[in-house]
Amino acid sequence: MSHAHRAVLSTGKPFAFTPENEAKFMELLPRYPSKRAVVLPALWLAQDQEGHLTVESMEYVARRLEQPPVSVFAVVEFYTMFKTEPVGKHHLQLCRTLSCTMRGCEDLQGVIERKLGIGPGESTADGKFSFETVECLGSCGTAPMMRMNNRYWEDLSVEKLERIIDACRDGRDPASEDFSR
Amino acid sequence: MSHQIISTRFDKPGNHTLSGYLANGGYRTLPKVFGMKSEDVIEEVKKSGLRGRGGAGFPTGMKWSFVPRVSDKPKYLCVNADEGEPGTFKDRLILQHDPHALIEGIITCCFAVGIHTAYVYIRGEYDFPIARFSAAVKEAYAEGYLGKNIKGSGFDLDVVVHKGAGAYICGEETGLIESLEGKKGQPRPKPPFPAVVGVFGCPTVVNNVETLAALPWILENGAAAYAAIGTEKSKGTMLFSISGMVEKPGVYESEFGVNLWEFIERSTGGVKDGKQLKAVIPGGSSSAILTAEEARNVKLDYESIAAAGSMVGSGAIMVLDEDTCVVKALEVVLRFYAHESCGQCPPCREGTYWMYEIVSRIRAGRGRPEDIDLLLSICPDMMGRTVCVLADSAAIPAGSYIKKFRSEFEAYIDKANPPQRKLQPGGVNLEARPL
Ligand SMILES: Cc1cc2nc3c(=O)[nH]c(=O)nc-3n(C[C@H](O)[C@H](O)[C@H](O)COP(=O)(O)O)c2cc1C
Ligand code: SF4
Ligand code: FES
Repeated sequence: MSHAHRAVLSTGKPFAFTPENEAKFMELLPRYPSKRAVVLPALWLAQDQEGHLTVESMEYVARRLEQPPVSVFAVVEFYTMFKTEPVGKHHLQLCRTLSCTMRGCEDLQGVIERKLGIGPGESTADGKFSFETVECLGSCGTAPMMRMNNRYWEDLSVEKLERIIDACRDGRDPASEDFSR
Repeated sequence: MSHQIISTRFDKPGNHTLSGYLANGGYRTLPKVFGMKSEDVIEEVKKSGLRGRGGAGFPTGMKWSFVPRVSDKPKYLCVNADEGEPGTFKDRLILQHDPHALIEGIITCCFAVGIHTAYVYIRGEYDFPIARFSAAVKEAYAEGYLGKNIKGSGFDLDVVVHKGAGAYICGEETGLIESLEGKKGQPRPKPPFPAVVGVFGCPTVVNNVETLAALPWILENGAAAYAAIGTEKSKGTMLFSISGMVEKPGVYESEFGVNLWEFIERSTGGVKDGKQLKAVIPGGSSSAILTAEEARNVKLDYESIAAAGSMVGSGAIMVLDEDTCVVKALEVVLRFYAHESCGQCPPCREGTYWMYEIVSRIRAGRGRPEDIDLLLSICPDMMGRTVCVLADSAAIPAGSYIKKFRSEFEAYIDKANPPQRKLQPGGVNLEARPL
């Protein structure tokens, strides 16, 4: 969990699920015996819709599930994957736990700091990149590794990470490139 | 003799689809299971000696038998796919490459215990495993392996994939239950145990992915065949996630009772770049560290590893080579537990924080001679005093790293003896970089 209190942004505009997410939300309800159990899945829908959670979207989820808004806020604060501030188009989550540390993740942090000029918890001014260090992502056999763009980037080296960042920067999709060399 | 039970289909292309799984002999045990009395399925699993692979090693059949047979409330299965113990990366392979084996195991467990809804709690970062497993569930519904009246058996079962949101503590079974109920994942005091009062106030089985994935083999080949593999108290095989300073890290399956280091060496090719072995962490970051000598002389099974003062845990083996700094390793491990403590028990919240602070200070060259004994004195205050064992999970590595590698800690404090400063063979000076 993160202990730090978070900034929560308000958009000033009312939030509602898109028709697509509304359909998904309605499918979720009968799968659980309580409305409260739908809080996490509904927050995921809201976050995926806007990229991060806002006062409006959290209150909306609370209202739809008949929960007090504070209980939804408390849940959001507890889980590291719920974001209350925008993250970059490319959000780099670099693992810093033991196996990744042994295999050189601190050198990779150096690459990010050098190439993008941002440290953990920061974003580039153009909003393209943001960076955070995270705990073990369950991919220690291919350490060091990171998660970015909803996928894992494994067996990283300084060179490989540099090339991934370059590709993102130039608007190319690093997933379509061959990093085996 | 090398037995493979869980991983046999991992590298078979297309096995993640229903047709691929069927071609590989999948779902063959269902007619047999549905033809048995449910209590006989529990008996069979008891006889197999299967123990939970999530970390605690609790006998699976016995756990199921604690759930009331007759209940006026529904009963639930929570599949623990939170896979958060540092060093563990095996459930991911099951979800990705053999998702239907997990579904078959889920059906078996639910039939045995009388459960009609299973929640599969998968950690939120596992995008690809979630996608793969969800697709398998969808196919299983479409082909009548899930839903109403499964394959004409009269047995109904719903499987719901539930995505976590980033919190290690939700892998603890009652933390998982709280999280599934839509709350912060803060563990509950036990008793009552989940078997009696679990999710939504109802009797609940919580089992790890790998535990459930072992069931089809056991039901197909019989409990006796499973129990014939391994040792007296450690039956069958387990997936071991081997990482750190070895040539070929990865997930390797082995029967219990083999020599620990020989197994590591045989499967991974030994220590990376021909370096010397310093230590082995055998069961995830919460297990006690073994020196190279201990690792070479211990058998890999629950009882032998316990006799050596550590545990099999989730089967997460981490290898430290001669260049790996044990002080730095402890700092990283303690940072993890300080970060992941849910904060409700003072000994855990304060203990993990202070131990991390003290080890950081030592490594930064600001340690005091009394700091080492101070750390050792904090450990007992964190053992057996909290709602869950996360506090113990931090104290155990701290105590063991210090006791077995005390001189490395002293070297950081004794200014006359400059410490060995690098952690990985690249020879980078990590001192210069803030964490
Ligand atoms: C702090 C903590 C974290 C845990 N994390 C996991 C986990 O990620 N996955 C898991 O299967 N078990 C985990 N466990 C163990 C579970 O509490 C529980 O024992 C297990 O899911 C039971 O399933 P099994 O009997 O099949 O092993 C954790 C335990 C603790 C104390
Ligand atoms: S021991 Fe730590 S993680 Fe476990 S319940 Fe207490 S504070 Fe939370
Ligand atoms: S330590 Fe980085 S993925 Fe496990």
